[in-house]
Amino acid sequence: MALLQIRDLNVRFATTDGEVSAVNGINLDVQRGQTLGIVGESGSGKSQLAFSIMGLLARNGRATGSVQFDGTEILNASPRVLNRIRAEKIAMVFQDPMTSLNPYMRVSDQMAEVLVLHKGISRRQALVESVRMLDAVKIPDARGRIGLYPHEFSGGMRQRVMIAMSLLCRPDLLIADEPTTALDVTVQAQIMELLADLQRDFGMAMVLITHDLGVVAGSCERVMVMYGGRIMERAPVEPIFAVPAHPYTQGLLAAIPRVDQKGDQLSAIPGSPPNMTNPPPGCPFAPRCAYAMPVCEAMPPLEQFAVDRERACHAPLSALRQGPPPQPDLPEPAAIEEVQP
Amino acid sequence: MTTPLMTARDLRVRFELPAQGLFQKPRVLQAVSGVDFTLMPGETLGVVGESGSGKSTLARALIGLVPASGHAVWQDGTNLIGLSPRRMLKYRSEIQMVFQDPLASLDPRMTVGQIIAEPLLTHRKDLGRDEIRLRVKDMMDRVGLLPNQINRYPHEFSGGQCQRIGIARALIVEPKLVICDEPVSALDVSIQAQVINLLGDLQRDLGLALIFIAHDLSVVKHISDRVLVMYLGRVMELAEAEALYADPRHPYTQALLSAVPVPDPVLERAKRIIPLRGELPSPMNPPSGCVFRTRCPRAEALCATERPELQGGGHLTACHFPGALRPEELSKAG
Repeated sequence: MALLQIRDLNVRFATTDGEVSAVNGINLDVQRGQTLGIVGESGSGKSQLAFSIMGLLARNGRATGSVQFDGTEILNASPRVLNRIRAEKIAMVFQDPMTSLNPYMRVSDQMAEVLVLHKGISRRQALVESVRMLDAVKIPDARGRIGLYPHEFSGGMRQRVMIAMSLLCRPDLLIADEPTTALDVTVQAQIMELLADLQRDFGMAMVLITHDLGVVAGSCERVMVMYGGRIMERAPVEPIFAVPAHPYTQGLLAAIPRVDQKGDQLSAIPGSPPNMTNPPPGCPFAPRCAYAMPVCEAMPPLEQFAVDRERACHAPLSALRQGPPPQPDLPEPAAIEEVQP
Repeated sequence: MTTPLMTARDLRVRFELPAQGLFQKPRVLQAVSGVDFTLMPGETLGVVGESGSGKSTLARALIGLVPASGHAVWQDGTNLIGLSPRRMLKYRSEIQMVFQDPLASLDPRMTVGQIIAEPLLTHRKDLGRDEIRLRVKDMMDRVGLLPNQINRYPHEFSGGQCQRIGIARALIVEPKLVICDEPVSALDVSIQAQVINLLGDLQRDLGLALIFIAHDLSVVKHISDRVLVMYLGRVMELAEAEALYADPRHPYTQALLSAVPVPDPVLERAKRIIPLRGELPSPMNPPSGCVFRTRCPRAEALCATERPELQGGGHLTACHFPGALRPEELSKAG
């Protein structure tokens, strides 16, 4: 059985503007030691998916379905059950290390607390172990710097501290939500290399949530592309970049400028992401899709179409190979029409 | 030969920070330390650098948002640095700015029409109300906004659309130069491409010069004619975009480029990242000589004693030992 098995997961938020469906009917397996990249833009539901696994949804959020970790159901589990699983079995690294570390506590206290609480070892032992972990994430002079406060570290070093802290209990699964988005490219490269090394050394599985397809290309075995709270496409990393099988994946890849290529006009995806209080019927990408047909008013199921490859799209693969048909000039701002002052 | 639109020489920005002790001298942070460049009419100059490189401060200095010293000479021969606000007013309509955070740079209590019209009210007092309205609607159409949204408020728009409003506001006074400070870094990839294409189209149609500041090297490569690489307040390399990306001479540029992730699993896994030693030094206490030497895999004794000048024909490099790093130097780094 998979380490993490998610079945028909839905996340909804009750807001003053009505119910928002952030995640819709997601099925997902993560095997031991595997690296899965979840790619999506803002509002795609990728972060809420992670929060629901960890039991960290905002108060107005409700998750339904099933999330099994190593055979145990953890969706909507009691804080007592979750507190055992979190940190010990599943750890999470967030985007902004400054807001996820406690600014009033020394790094030493924050790190030791984790071990004292979860492993029941003495504070002295916990500190020794914490220094060892800071060494593992390559913080120079870890022994000397463990007594500092978070603000005394640079952004990249803070993210290293966060990673060290999340690994203290040797989790089986690390969920990293945009771990390098706030960092400079040279620091990002160091952090991604570090995560890959640690993953290999500790035999962890990793779910990497990001909007950056370059980061995914470098570090993931499998990729899942999300849009409007649904899975658009899922495949191993090489084929999804070489021959994307969903118009959204295709559009996303064509929209990024690349340092290693020459290009004049970028192929932008027209329109804006869907408003999730009032999502389009059927496929959420249809209003922006060059291949959209009347049948797209019904959500296509996520189906396997080749070995280890799945996609949710009505458009025939042959049409996708030929490239998008010539576009009628879409009126640009369509997504705001339903909002009234 | 055409006169450059702007010539910057020895541009400097220093901030005085409060002293740490009662009887200590105030500390000085040199954010921009002697930047030189020329900008031709209609050209796009990309400025890249990591956080703390001084790229945003440079932009702010050019339009007088932070006090600077040195020269930024406009094409009519006027040095814009240290100009009185009254004399600067004329140039503010020639130089406009687009900011990073699209929503934060728009007044939430003004309608889109009022926001876009505001520069006209300041700079074109001769225009009547009807003419202004006409120009605003025309500009909205031009940047891809529906003119019937003129009475809406910024919060009703998405991030990409807010950035279009910001661009419309900058262009309404028909500037010759638009300084864009990270204009697309807050936007999603699919929206980012829309805004980049829009900027490119507008530039071609209106003959605008752009100074395009970004930390994303791929975006800068895409839009720029020439690229200026900054590190710790100084120019490391300045060259045609094509040449800079194909053949980066400065070790810092090489390290920076090697770290950019490429969305291709085969290439991305095969490439070699040049690691940088240590961390960015404090701008309060920059290294002697070449500011990059503390992290450079090629640094020698000379680099600590003598600051390299920016030199070399069309492809300018501030390095005593420019050129591609050799494999043995790479293993020395990191």
